[in-house]
Amino acid sequence: MSSTIYQPVRTPPPALRGSLLPAARVAKVLSGAEGALQSGIWVGIFAITMSFAAFTSALFVRQGSGADWTHIALPPVLYANTLALLLSSATLQMARRAVTAVPPFEPRAVRMGLGWLMATLALGFIFVAGQFEAWRQLAAQGLYLATNPNSSFYYVLTAMHGLHVLAGIVALALVVGRIAASRAAFRKSTFEATATYWHFMGVLWLYLLLVLRTKL
Amino acid sequence: MEDASAQQAHVHAPPEGFLRKYVFSLDHKVIGKQYYALGLLAVCMGMVLSWLMRFHLVWPTARIPGLELLSKAGAPGGIITPEYYLSLLTMHGTLMVFFVLTNAPFAAFGNYFLPIQIGAEDMAFPRFNMMSFWTTLVAFLVLILAFVIPDGPPISGWTSYAPLSAVGKDAGPGMGWGMNLWAISIAIFCIGSLLGALNFISTTLDLRAKGMTLMRMPICTWAWFITSCIALLAFAVLLPACILLILDRTAGTSFFIPSGLVVSDRLQPHSGGSPLLWQHLFWFFGHPEVYIAILPSMGIVSHILINSMRKPLLSARVIIYSMMSIGFLSWMVWGHHMFVSGMNPFSSLLFSFPTLTITIPATIMTLIWLGSLYGANIRINSASLFALGFISMFVSGGVSGFFLAQPSIDIVLHATYFVVGHFHMVMGVASIFGVFAGTYFWFGKMTGRMMNETLGQLHFWLTFIGTYCIFMPFHYLGLVGNIRRYSAFVNDFTGPLMPLHKFITIAALGTGAAQLVFIFNLIYSRYKGAPAPENPWNGTTLEWSIPSPPPWNNFGGKHPVIYHDPYQYDVKGSKGDYIMQDSPEPSAG
Repeated sequence: MSSTIYQPVRTPPPALRGSLLPAARVAKVLSGAEGALQSGIWVGIFAITMSFAAFTSALFVRQGSGADWTHIALPPVLYANTLALLLSSATLQMARRAVTAVPPFEPRAVRMGLGWLMATLALGFIFVAGQFEAWRQLAAQGLYLATNPNSSFYYVLTAMHGLHVLAGIVALALVVGRIAASRAAFRKSTFEATATYWHFMGVLWLYLLLVLRTKL
Repeated sequence: MEDASAQQAHVHAPPEGFLRKYVFSLDHKVIGKQYYALGLLAVCMGMVLSWLMRFHLVWPTARIPGLELLSKAGAPGGIITPEYYLSLLTMHGTLMVFFVLTNAPFAAFGNYFLPIQIGAEDMAFPRFNMMSFWTTLVAFLVLILAFVIPDGPPISGWTSYAPLSAVGKDAGPGMGWGMNLWAISIAIFCIGSLLGALNFISTTLDLRAKGMTLMRMPICTWAWFITSCIALLAFAVLLPACILLILDRTAGTSFFIPSGLVVSDRLQPHSGGSPLLWQHLFWFFGHPEVYIAILPSMGIVSHILINSMRKPLLSARVIIYSMMSIGFLSWMVWGHHMFVSGMNPFSSLLFSFPTLTITIPATIMTLIWLGSLYGANIRINSASLFALGFISMFVSGGVSGFFLAQPSIDIVLHATYFVVGHFHMVMGVASIFGVFAGTYFWFGKMTGRMMNETLGQLHFWLTFIGTYCIFMPFHYLGLVGNIRRYSAFVNDFTGPLMPLHKFITIAALGTGAAQLVFIFNLIYSRYKGAPAPENPWNGTTLEWSIPSPPPWNNFGGKHPVIYHDPYQYDVKGSKGDYIMQDSPEPSAG
């Protein structure tokens, strides 16, 4: 039963059998949309990188343009958040290993994979909650969005990253849902693409932390 | 049984029900048509706005009946105030650049024909594709909303320069909620365009049919692909810029507003921001946007010219490489819009060199088109006429770019009609000519009926002569120092220029009216045109291998196999004078 859930290469439908296409190519045609998912995620990552490059260059220009550039001390909770996000990448890798293990979708492996995925989701939520807590701590110091350019960039950069992480959480939740409802068609490519995106969120956060720490 | 399995292989099921078929369609062809319709609506609105401006420029005291209904404060008694003139200018530019020049040649035709030309059944992400259209439509509606709110549309121009765009209603009528709507609209538009570009890129990379190597893609597919790469990066920069602008306007931040700024006698409660930062971010998007508008038309025109000449271009590869280098260079030239911004003059020099360098690939492309046309027995019809017209417009408008690329000359010409003439010809009209050419060429494929040829040629000549009459004199006006963006020219210096302005206005009204021929042709041919055969132009690319209009899954569940380069015309020893890309007939003598 479990083999119906995970099919990396589908058998060609009768319409394609005996066509001009060799079997391997038929599989490739059918999995074209799945390959597109992976390249689509990389294209998306490229665009997100570009957006954050624009924010960063705006930060550099803004730092030089006014005499009001100051310094804000980063709330220490950020480092705990960082740890949570990095851990979530590790748990996601564990989930990936379990779910795509050979033989695929062996029930015990699926249960384990689901467990790791839930851990990833939980860590993702902890990260977002922690970021929110960092905002609260800044606000408690009287640092709001419009207080000074440093706090403006702090809120903008963390909010933008946070929104992207939330999108990742939604995608992960979808993956969890699909795996849990074993009758639904589950595509490995969806999982792989989500994983790539999630890891990128971690990398992006490390970059932002560096920028926040050295520039603000 | 076979049908059912073919559907399984498809990225989505056949559409059922009116909503899925025509409104919230996942089919790239329907989405392409939706983009086209949106572009058509936007171009009509943009054109009417330009009429109002031209009319007011030459008859500043004449009443435009009914205009007071659109805005009581902006046009009391039907006469446009200087501020409302700027509102019209802003909306004209925004509609045309975003909703026409980005939508029609790229999103509309690209959506319809890119998947077909590479042998795919649909885009890689049909749901994203649907979302990108509906997002764009929401952006359009938000922008149009500015006309009906009491504040009116913003007066900032389509470039919305900070700090006036960032300070709020102190900056004038329309700069309160009108400007907010503009910024929100463009931010939404960015999201739609990013989704679209992502789809185009993934589709081109992953869904090509067997044998469709990258170099076997038709030139227009290449153009759409390169354009989507540019759009992906350009809109990814404009979106943050819009977010920062919205925050400056609504949340009290100071990204773009400097210290001590007094607007309308009020000291603005901001400090330390950089107005130039907006210009840098905006033009980092804005110059590539010019190529987002023109590259698809270059591709469409090449595609049509080859078909009309019945022979390959001197080098299709060099055209593709030129488009790539234009795309690459487009990232290094944004500062040439800012020569008079107070930017360091040395930076001006730095931006001037790559700007002049762009003329090299542009010239190479033009020479390839002209060299291929030399001695060719070209088939003259509406499509090929507009393709030739494109080259004419591109050259005439492009030549003035040589002047403007040099900071010392640009300083003199920057605020004049010379610039208006330049970009309208090279970016606006040329790109629209590409859209017209594409419409006459592909209408049969898209609707199943051919457009009327006589009306098409009439439309071409009226438009071709008309646009030259409008935009060529702009250059002369600019050279004698006629300033742009002003709503009336009433002093001794500009007085003698009024006859020329009147000529331009009459030409604009006439050329605009001539577009009714096109609209009539579109509607008439849609219902009464001659039925379109599968391959009316004896074309070689994949869109001509399927019925007109194509079935919902393009190739009827089959997977085409590609044997040839895209343009096998004039092949010695072949049965006809052309070989289709998916025909197994050998192409070597």
